Parts: sequence; C-alpha cells; structure tokens
Amino acid sequence: MANEGRQIVIPSQVIGETHTMKAGRGTFVEQGKIYAERLGILSIQGNVIHVLPLKGRYDPVVGDFVIGVVEEASTSNWMVDINAPYPALLHVNEVPWEIDFADTEKYLNTGDAILAKVLSVDESKKLQITLNDRNLFKIKGGHIIEVESSVVPRIIGKKGSMIALIKKYTRCRIFVGQNGRIWIDGDAEGIALVQQAISKIENEAITFGLTDRIEELLKKDAKDVR
Amino acid sequence: MTIIPAIKKDYITKLAEQGKRVDGRTFDQYRTIDIETKVVNKAEGSARIKIGNTQVLVGIKMDLGEPFPDTPDCGVLSTAAEFVPLASPDFESGPPRENAIELARVVDRGVRESEVVDIKKLVITPGEKVWIVFIDIHILDYDGNLFDAASLGALAALMTTKVPILRFLQSGTLEKKDLETWYNNTSIKDIIDLYSIPGLDEFIASKNKEAPTDIKDIPLPMIEPPISCTAIKINDYVMFDASLDEELIADARLTVATDHKGDIRAMQKGLSGSFSREEIQKVIKGALDNGQEIRKQLYAKIGK
Amino acid sequence: MMKSDIKLINSEGKRLDGRGPEDLRKIKIESGVLHRADGSCYLEWGGNKVLVAVYGPREAVPRHCQNPLRAIVQARYNMAAFSVEDRKRPGPDRRSVEISKVISEALERVILTEQFPRATVDVNIEVLDAEAGTRCAGLTAAGVALVDAGIPMRDIPVACAAGKINGQVVLDLGKEEDNFGEADLPVAISPRTGEVLLLQMDGHLTMDEFNKAFDLAVKGCHIVSDIQKKAIMHKYQAVVAAEVQE
Repeated sequence: MANEGRQIVIPSQVIGETHTMKAGRGTFVEQGKIYAERLGILSIQGNVIHVLPLKGRYDPVVGDFVIGVVEEASTSNWMVDINAPYPALLHVNEVPWEIDFADTEKYLNTGDAILAKVLSVDESKKLQITLNDRNLFKIKGGHIIEVESSVVPRIIGKKGSMIALIKKYTRCRIFVGQNGRIWIDGDAEGIALVQQAISKIENEAITFGLTDRIEELLKKDAKDVR
Repeated sequence: MTIIPAIKKDYITKLAEQGKRVDGRTFDQYRTIDIETKVVNKAEGSARIKIGNTQVLVGIKMDLGEPFPDTPDCGVLSTAAEFVPLASPDFESGPPRENAIELARVVDRGVRESEVVDIKKLVITPGEKVWIVFIDIHILDYDGNLFDAASLGALAALMTTKVPILRFLQSGTLEKKDLETWYNNTSIKDIIDLYSIPGLDEFIASKNKEAPTDIKDIPLPMIEPPISCTAIKINDYVMFDASLDEELIADARLTVATDHKGDIRAMQKGLSGSFSREEIQKVIKGALDNGQEIRKQLYAKIGK
Repeated sequence: MMKSDIKLINSEGKRLDGRGPEDLRKIKIESGVLHRADGSCYLEWGGNKVLVAVYGPREAVPRHCQNPLRAIVQARYNMAAFSVEDRKRPGPDRRSVEISKVISEALERVILTEQFPRATVDVNIEVLDAEAGTRCAGLTAAGVALVDAGIPMRDIPVACAAGKINGQVVLDLGKEEDNFGEADLPVAISPRTGEVLLLQMDGHLTMDEFNKAFDLAVKGCHIVSDIQKKAIMHKYQAVVAAEVQE
C-alpha cells in the first residue's frame, strides 16, 4: 500500500532499519540503518522506504518521454540537452528520416526542440535518446517552460487528473516531459494561464488539496470550458 | 552555454508583434526594483539592487594615493565588475572578459562624465595625494539587465558612502596636516557645514595631534545623479528592462542615462543589430520617463 | 599572527564583544536565495556575510578533467574586493586557492560522487563581508546550498573554529582575537559520524590545549549543524503552514 505522507527528510536523517525494511531510492545504508541521502519526501511502499527528491537535476530513466533542445549537429548524430547532468546523443539511426551523410543539420539544428524517449543509460551515464516512435516528433510552435523535474508527477497528477484539468480550462495542448520541460500550445491568454497554474503547483507541491486550489485558480481566469 | 530553444524565441517575437511580453509587462515597464544600502560593513559604501530576479551588489572602498599624471588636481575613480560564476551557470572563473569590462566602463562613464562625484573635491595635495574611490560591482544573480542594476547600485552605494576619515587618521595614512590642507583648499567645509558634522572643524583648528574618536566620517561630495535605463530590440520591437530570455535573443541594446533636468549624460549601444533614428528617440523618451521613476525610488530609499 | 598586550579576555571570562569563552557569534542562515543557481545559501556569522551557489551535477569540461567513475567537486572560495578593510584586488590569491582546495576536499568526502561519473559539482563561495572565520562560514553555507541543490550526500558538512587568546582556549574567534590571539583551529566535521573533514591549525598549542580546543570546535560544529537543519526545513514548513491556514 502506497503511503505518501508529507514528511520531509534531509540528508543523514535516519528513516529506518534494514532488519524490518528495505532501502529504496534516495537512501543509503550504513551499519543496519537506512538514511535519507537527499532532501525529499518520505515514501513507504510495502516494506520499502524511498525518498522522493524535492530538488535536483533530472535523472534519466530508459523509456521516459523527454523534451530535448538540440545543442549541436555532427555528421552522424546530434547532442541534445535534456536537462540532465549530461547531454544525450541522438544517432541518425534513431530518427524516422533517411539522412544523407553530413546532412544532419537539414533535419535538426541547434535550438530545435524535440519530444524524444530515453533509449539507454550506461554505467558511465552516457545517454542516448530516440525519435523512432509514432508518438515522438520535432516540436513546432507554442512555448517551452522549465520546472523542477521532481514536480512533474504533481503536474501530471494521479492518473493524469491535474494535467487534464489544466488542459480543460485553458484549451491548450500540453506535453509534460519527465525531465521538467513542458511544451504548451494555444493562444497567449491560455499559455499565460497554464504558466500561472504550473507556477502555483511548483510552489505548493508538498501540500494537500492542491488540485482543488488549482481548479479555483483556473476557473477564475478561464474561458468557456469545453 | 545555455541554449535558448528556437520555439521560445519565436514565442517571444510573436507576443511582441501583439504588443505583449511573456511576463505580462508592457514594453516600457520595469520589473520590481528593490534598493538596499549599507549592506556591507567593511565597505565605505554599499548597495544591493534587485531588478526582478537579477541581483547586483556594489561596494565602495576608498584609499589615499597618487592622482593620474594628466589630472593632478582630481581624485581618482576606478570601476571594476566581477561576473562571478556564482551568478550564472554560464559565467566562468577567471579575469574579466569583454562583457564585464564593457559593463564596468559604462558604469564608470555614467559616474565620471556626469561628474556625479565631485572628484575635484577629493584632492589633498595636487599631484601628490588624492582620495581614490574604488567602485566594485559584484554580480550575484544574472536574470537580465545587468547594466541598469549595476548603475543603480553604483549610485546608491556612492550616495551612502562615508569617507573613512577617522580610520585613516588613526592608522596614520592620513595626517592631520593633510586634513587641514584638504579642508582649506577644496572647501570640504561646505560638506561639513551642509551635513552639520560636529567636531571635525574644531579638531582641525585645534593643536591636538590625535583625532577624538567621536568625529564622524563625511559623505562623498556628490551632485544630482543621472539614472541609466537600458532597452533592447527584438526584430522591430523596443522594450525596456529585458528579462534573461529577452536579452538572450535581443538583436541590439541601448543604454541611456538621463539627469533630473531631462538632459542626456551617457549612452552605449551594444550587440550587433542596429537602431533607426526614430527607435533611438523612443529609447531616450522611455529612459527619461523610467529614469524619473527610478530616481524617485532611489531618493526615497536614501532619504533625500 | 601578531602577539600583543591587548586584553582579549578579562578575569571574568568576558571577551571584547561581551561573549563568554564558549559562546558563538550570532548566526543567520537562509536557504534557496538565488534564482539561477541549482542550490544556494546566504549565511551571516558575526560580521561575516557569505553567499554560496551550487551548480550541478553537470558534465565536467574539458574532457581530460573528467573522472570516469565519479563526480569531481570544485569549490571556489572568493572574497569580494570590498569585503575587507583594505580593498582586495579582484581575482584568486594564494590564500583563496588554498582555502578552495581544503573545502573541495572536505565536501568530496560527504557527497555521493559515485552516482555521477564524468560530472562536476561546482560550489561557488563568495565572501561579501569578512570578519574572521570566513572559511568555516563558507563551508557551512556550502553544506546548506548542496542540500538545496538536491545533491545526494551522506551527511551535511559543518565547520567551526576554536582558538587561544591570552592563554585561554575559546570558541569561534572574532576579528581582534584572530589578529592578536595565540592559536586558530578551524575544524569541519560530518556531524552524524564525527569524521573530521577539514582541519588546520595556526599558532601554538600544547597537547592539552589542542584537545580542549578541538573538543570545543566540535561542540560548536554541532550547534551550528542544528541551525543549518532548521534553515533547510524552514522553507518547506512555511509552505505547509500556509496550506493549513487556507
């Protein structure tokens, strides 16, 4: 049973013992005791203790949808910034286009944004992403904002409830990358309202009843709901 | 280097076509400005300026030394800027690069050419001993428009600076006869009278060698300061107080310093784009209007 | 250090600023104060004012600086030109380089660097106003800034100094005490385990005096550690409290 109390823990705080619990993400073990290694929220799932980080760079996981910004194009690949500690490599074989040698710039250039998927992460944290999927594409139009990647689950909400709420009242298309980058497309008022709602979620991420307060905020400034 | 996505650039430009900005401001509007003075105890004067999220700290230190050979009857002003790595993921450690040097020189000109600090009154013995005023700009958080934050910081710090007479007398760097010469020759008497600083003239007139410990330091001799306002241009749209994103995609930049009479005291154009004559006039008008508002805020803070 | 006949502590154990031999100067810590930095901390300790920004983990460049197995920790201690009585020329001097090195080494011990091969954690310490004990203030603020940046650590490092004035061992030297005292001992520890991360000594101490000073410095470290932790929690408690009011 997932128990997400809002207990905030800090590095070096004792949160459990190995003879009764298992050490999960965001923890380390020393002499039978489980400690938090990050500033985060304590999460106990069954007999596993996790610490969900409140802050920190995005930690890429294979399969994550991310919004990347191309840093540079080389002859057979692109280096893409995905807001992680490391840039990600996108190989010419991982895009849906047939690319002639050294023609990479024609398709993706510095500053272009893409919705991609994390393909692989090796032991030295070398990252690869892919565009080879019907759901992935080069992004056109709209606006991009950045939030703490730790807040992404709250922006999406339980079973997507929060993001659906925001889309409903603002009539915007929204893609939320796991890496904390969010693409918004709509008219200026809609985009501004989405930004307002997301900003509020970021500031109040650890509180309860957030969904209701966001709905209130959206209703106040919204247009006609579909 | 932080790369701004092309989509963001397009969005900012698209909004500009509608007369709008991403954070809802008008083209002429500044973000919230916060002025705090006397924030560093070791400095003779200091100010911390916030414009939106941009934060700059300016400290004033003074020393006695030789004047420049070509201006033996003037005190010395020296301005430097440190773009410390603390302030941005893109600032690297090392000696100041061209951006830091340009900023320091523009702030310096704003102070020097407008004669905000009366450096003729900072002379002890012409050609030999003068006061040196160091203006050190320390960037703390870079979120757009460092020029205005730094200029305003320099002014606020200078206007609340105290010449460290007592400390220099006690250490011997300033001798009593120096103080006498300074007092008589460059009429700092006006300053002392103006600010009613007790004790200093009595000490000078007396036969005492050691300064009484209760004499107060005096303010820098200053006149009305010009206020610096910077605008950027994105395509054909001119806007004041650029946010970081706006500044990263700007084609051109223009700083104009105006005084309380409405005259122009300093200008600097930056970046590789261009301005038309009409655009320059627009920037001057906006700089004048915003300058007046900022001057009011500055005086309120300093208690003028 | 200059010896002098200045009375730094009187027969009742009162120091020049009124403190007792085991009293700390006033400390104020604020976490998360800068917008661009990944993590930040503003700290006041007596007359010291320091500001720390953490950037990272991020890929270490140039490539030859990278460690293929772990992150490198690069602390940069810098004093603003106006932070001292006689203006300091901007740029690193030998003292700043040494302090940067010992702080980097202290932080490296507590950061879980194995989680970020080929990366760097950059810790920028700016001293804005200086009054004895800036390296302890800087390291303490760095600890908070690292937590604020979400860097995984096995502990939050903290530092405090002890020293000897007029033959007596005291905690947390102030300005005149640092200039005219007989010994200065800055110590940084990992408060959870007691491991010593930074240790320097300057002056003259007998074995007995050293033990006394060391214990006193560690005691000071634990008091400051509590202040660090309160400052980190303060930001989040404010949010939760606000929600309770709604």
